[in-house]
Amino acid sequence: MSFSVTEPSKRTKWLAGILVVGYALITISPLIWIIATGFKSGPDSIAYPPKMIFEPSLEGYVNLFTERTRATQDMLETAGPPKTWYDQIARDQGTVITGPSRYGARFLNSIIIGFGSTALCMLLGTAAAYAFSRFRVPLKDDLLFFILSTRMMPPIAVAIPIFLMFRNLGLNDTHLGMILLYTAVNLSLSVWLLKGFIDEIPIEYEEAALIDGYTRFQAFYKVVLPQAATGIASTAIFCLIFAWNEYAFAVLLTSGTAQTAPPFIPTIIGVGGKDWPAVAAGASIFLVPVMVFTILLRKHLLRGITFGAVRK
Amino acid sequence: MAQIRIENVRKDFGDFTAVQSSSFTIEDGEFFMLLGPSGCGKTTTLRMMAGLELPTSGKIYIDGEEVGQKPASQRDIAFVFQMFALYPHMNVRGNISYPLKSQGMPRSKIKAKVGEVAEILGISDILDRPVGGLSGGDRQRVALGRAIVRDPKAFFMDEPLGALDAEFREHMAEELRALHDRMAATTVYVTHDQLEAMQMGDKIVVMNHGVVEQFGIPQEIYDWPATKFVAQFIGSPPMNFLDFNGTIGAGQATVHLNDVSIEVPESIEGGNGRLTLGIRPEHVLLDDAAPYRGRIVATEYLGTTQIVTLDTPNGLLKARVPSNKKIAVGESTGLNFDSRTITLFENDHGHALRSRANEGVLTHG
Repeated sequence: MSFSVTEPSKRTKWLAGILVVGYALITISPLIWIIATGFKSGPDSIAYPPKMIFEPSLEGYVNLFTERTRATQDMLETAGPPKTWYDQIARDQGTVITGPSRYGARFLNSIIIGFGSTALCMLLGTAAAYAFSRFRVPLKDDLLFFILSTRMMPPIAVAIPIFLMFRNLGLNDTHLGMILLYTAVNLSLSVWLLKGFIDEIPIEYEEAALIDGYTRFQAFYKVVLPQAATGIASTAIFCLIFAWNEYAFAVLLTSGTAQTAPPFIPTIIGVGGKDWPAVAAGASIFLVPVMVFTILLRKHLLRGITFGAVRK
Repeated sequence: MAQIRIENVRKDFGDFTAVQSSSFTIEDGEFFMLLGPSGCGKTTTLRMMAGLELPTSGKIYIDGEEVGQKPASQRDIAFVFQMFALYPHMNVRGNISYPLKSQGMPRSKIKAKVGEVAEILGISDILDRPVGGLSGGDRQRVALGRAIVRDPKAFFMDEPLGALDAEFREHMAEELRALHDRMAATTVYVTHDQLEAMQMGDKIVVMNHGVVEQFGIPQEIYDWPATKFVAQFIGSPPMNFLDFNGTIGAGQATVHLNDVSIEVPESIEGGNGRLTLGIRPEHVLLDDAAPYRGRIVATEYLGTTQIVTLDTPNGLLKARVPSNKKIAVGESTGLNFDSRTITLFENDHGHALRSRANEGVLTHG
């Protein structure tokens, strides 16, 4: 039988295929489950055995975005017939809409804090990584280790001191406070990742730019940054995913104006019984921005995580 | 175009001294070679001239202006890197026009200038290609284009042919030299390849351990090395060294090797004790009648000539003789030295002893 070092045998290919498909099913099924539940009606969502085929309903989404109250006969009579399609859905459940819910505001908070901290983290991280990569920084190795060490304990270990500190600084439940906190947590990751990427860019490019009549800073942003784009993109994804999904600090430090979506979504359960479709709808929408961001940058991400492994 | 003058330039990296007090002058329009083994400080010297490193002490003049502590962007020079360092996110045109953009030159003028340079280098057809897929030679040409497009005061090149394969190097070396002659630009070129240095250079500086060993035109350096290092570094095979104990006084013209007296150029600077007689392989003549003898150990055939290795009482010696001469390995033969070409070295520092023959070269170098 012929044998090749680079070409896997047919059996290996099949085995690999089965493993990949199997793994994909395992990772995707919770996602499908959540998205499906978002479109179920209340009774369908808790039916046993679980319903795979069901009549889709927008009940969950309507409930997610509205405040409702149980309708009495009087109210129904005074309110007249339902005016909109979502009014109709609420009436079908025996409720009337009293106003919009806070989900929209919480979602916007997540966007502001998530993307804000990611942007700040990239700005500071790139500058710090460039300095560590290119300049003779005193105690460079110790500083780098120190930066990394901030990541060695679970974030919750510092939750109480941070809570006290934020209270004294007036940062509790503010967008700025959350942006600063997530930036601080993510910086270690971004400095280390970006330093690796910048180390890989030969210093001759900058020297060529210096010779060509550009200043050091121009050389940095016209020559180094474009080449570090891959690294910056993949690091940004990691930072965003962390800030977006963060729960512990958000529960502890935000309650109103700056509350993000993750601590808000579970509170939906408490509003008028166990409203699983609304929770699922909230979770489904919550997934979208990170998914879009990742898909937009996925080309970079793939190159980013394998960067430096192979010499070009 | 400009004259470049280096005065007592020194560079320390922490405890390590890369360049110790170098001084030399590069005349306007010269093709100047900085030659030496790796780690000798030649690249550091070049980078100091370019402004990519700042000298620890000493002065650098470009066109009469002291620029030692000025950043590279203010020196108006061009640099060709060994790995070319073409900006990978731009195409060929973008790379060549980049230095002009920094000067704020108008677009139409940039376009004309880039076209002109591309014409000179024969790369007009690839101007809109990305640099990623270019062959080594084309990359080299683009790097040169980026250098010449600005009409800088001087070109600095750090082993620009080092990344090319041997076959193509030869061709590119000729192209480079032709380009230099056409532009008449002061060029400083770093290489560790002594053949390249002799082939292309108007003048050569030979460096070793951060020290300038010798400075002059290729032929003078080849014929009259100032130190044993230079004698050995230049030439292939290198100069032969025959060690002996002896004396030569000022005004004398003979030394005694193993009781055989050998004529040398008339000495000016006497020497005694452990001395070395240096002679190039092509100046060793096989002559059965000669009193100084050696046994033939090996021969290497090189086409028009052959290299004969001989075992003499003062060490191994190589002679370059015509390839049609019959050589029998194992036999003993007499050796004559062309007395006009001999250099004597003292052994403490490896310096050449001054004689009537090398006086002119050593005093100005």
